[in-house]
Amino acid sequence: MFDRIKADFILNFVESDRWLMILKGVVATLEITSVALVIGVVIGVIIAAVRSTYDKNGEDMKRRGGAAYHLLRVANAICRLYLTVIRGTPTVVQLLIAYFIIFASSNNDILVAMIAFGINSGAYVAEIIRGGIMSIDEGQFEAGRSLGLNYYMTMRYVVVPQVIKNVLPALFNEFIVLIKETSVAGYIGVEDLTKMGDLIRSRTYSAFMPLLAVAAIYLVMVMGLTALDTRLERRLRRNER
Amino acid sequence: MKDESYLIRVEDLHKHYRDHTIHALDGVSINIKKGEVVCIIGPSGSGKSTLLRSLNLMEMPSSGHIFVDDVDITDPKIDINLHRQKMGMVFQHFNLFPNMTVLKNMTIAPEKVLKKSYDEAKEQAKGLLERVNLAERGDAYPDQLSGGQKQRIAIVRALMMEPEVMLFDEPTSALDPEMVGEVLDVMKELAGEGMTMVVVTHEMGFAREVAERIVFMDSGKIIETGTPEEIFESPKSDRLQSFLAKVL
Repeated sequence: MFDRIKADFILNFVESDRWLMILKGVVATLEITSVALVIGVVIGVIIAAVRSTYDKNGEDMKRRGGAAYHLLRVANAICRLYLTVIRGTPTVVQLLIAYFIIFASSNNDILVAMIAFGINSGAYVAEIIRGGIMSIDEGQFEAGRSLGLNYYMTMRYVVVPQVIKNVLPALFNEFIVLIKETSVAGYIGVEDLTKMGDLIRSRTYSAFMPLLAVAAIYLVMVMGLTALDTRLERRLRRNER
Repeated sequence: MKDESYLIRVEDLHKHYRDHTIHALDGVSINIKKGEVVCIIGPSGSGKSTLLRSLNLMEMPSSGHIFVDDVDITDPKIDINLHRQKMGMVFQHFNLFPNMTVLKNMTIAPEKVLKKSYDEAKEQAKGLLERVNLAERGDAYPDQLSGGQKQRIAIVRALMMEPEVMLFDEPTSALDPEMVGEVLDVMKELAGEGMTMVVVTHEMGFAREVAERIVFMDSGKIIETGTPEEIFESPKSDRLQSFLAKVL
């Protein structure tokens, strides 16, 4: 029994230096995830800012007139379209469209995957942050504005610090989803962790070892993220009773 | 038309919500002198909070005009932030910023809006905290305070901007009964110093003792206005009489 496991292990990881494939896969997965995460957060913050400014300050800007309001209205409409399309279609389909249609002239599959997952994640991050802003009591806005702070100052000093604390768990949940979702990158030929595990399986005709190893590595990465989340949340709660 | 005897002039204010069926304010006009303490009373849903919140445009009136220092603040072209600095507001639910210490709550607006240095603002804050007997709570967070303490902080936070008028929106309604007194005491002291105050309240005892003028509202209209004696001893309208019968 033990000898069989040992033989299986050697076949799948040691022979032909196949462990290097796993390592390369891990690196690719981490690269795609981290770049996509940055793109997603940037897009998410911008969209959440546009959408909540429109919801919270739009009436005021409309009353005062000027081009700014119309600009905001158009931006808001674009954001809503983006959210609808991205959240309404499967990630794999978006990935394929990005690779075979939008970036058809590029053969840098890993870069396409980064952009596609980033754009996808941005939609979810945007709604998480917007939900966080909307969950802050209206009285906090009113108190800030009644003191003479303008909309931007009220957002920056009063609302956003409270939002960050509130959305952190949901945001990390999105990051965890993202890291696992990159496992479909193999559809466009990216040799990420999942793809590499599957490649080993197809060469050794032995599924058990490579697939369980891949699963275990995802699990460890997610647990790392969870640990980071716990630490951050604890730090942010320090100024509470 | 310039009229210097009034700090706030409200002319024919209307507020209705989208469907036009509810008239929160139905043609309200009122003038408030500098240094005057006006209490607004009335049943819930009478529009008294809406009127108060209109005075610094927390609530946007549908039509009518509000002049503060003879400037029409309903004019879309004026900078409302400038006027809100001069109009302190105290809310029913305190609305302290939970992410900041008491001192930071008080200094944030002077620092960011009036561009005061933190040290200067902090000195001013400490002076005010002493006046409301909370000198030692400057480094506490709002969650660590009682309701009465929170509301006293909210009052001095508004005073940090050195406003010309203070607006109170049911400042004691969310308090436990034993804490109402400490907040009313601060308000009385403020009135005694000559602060212009507009107070929406259910505290009839406070209104009778401190107000120079009482305004009774019902269904979006001002029904009756007068001195505390006139309002409480010889109410003229049926609606005020039945209201007083219920609350006194």
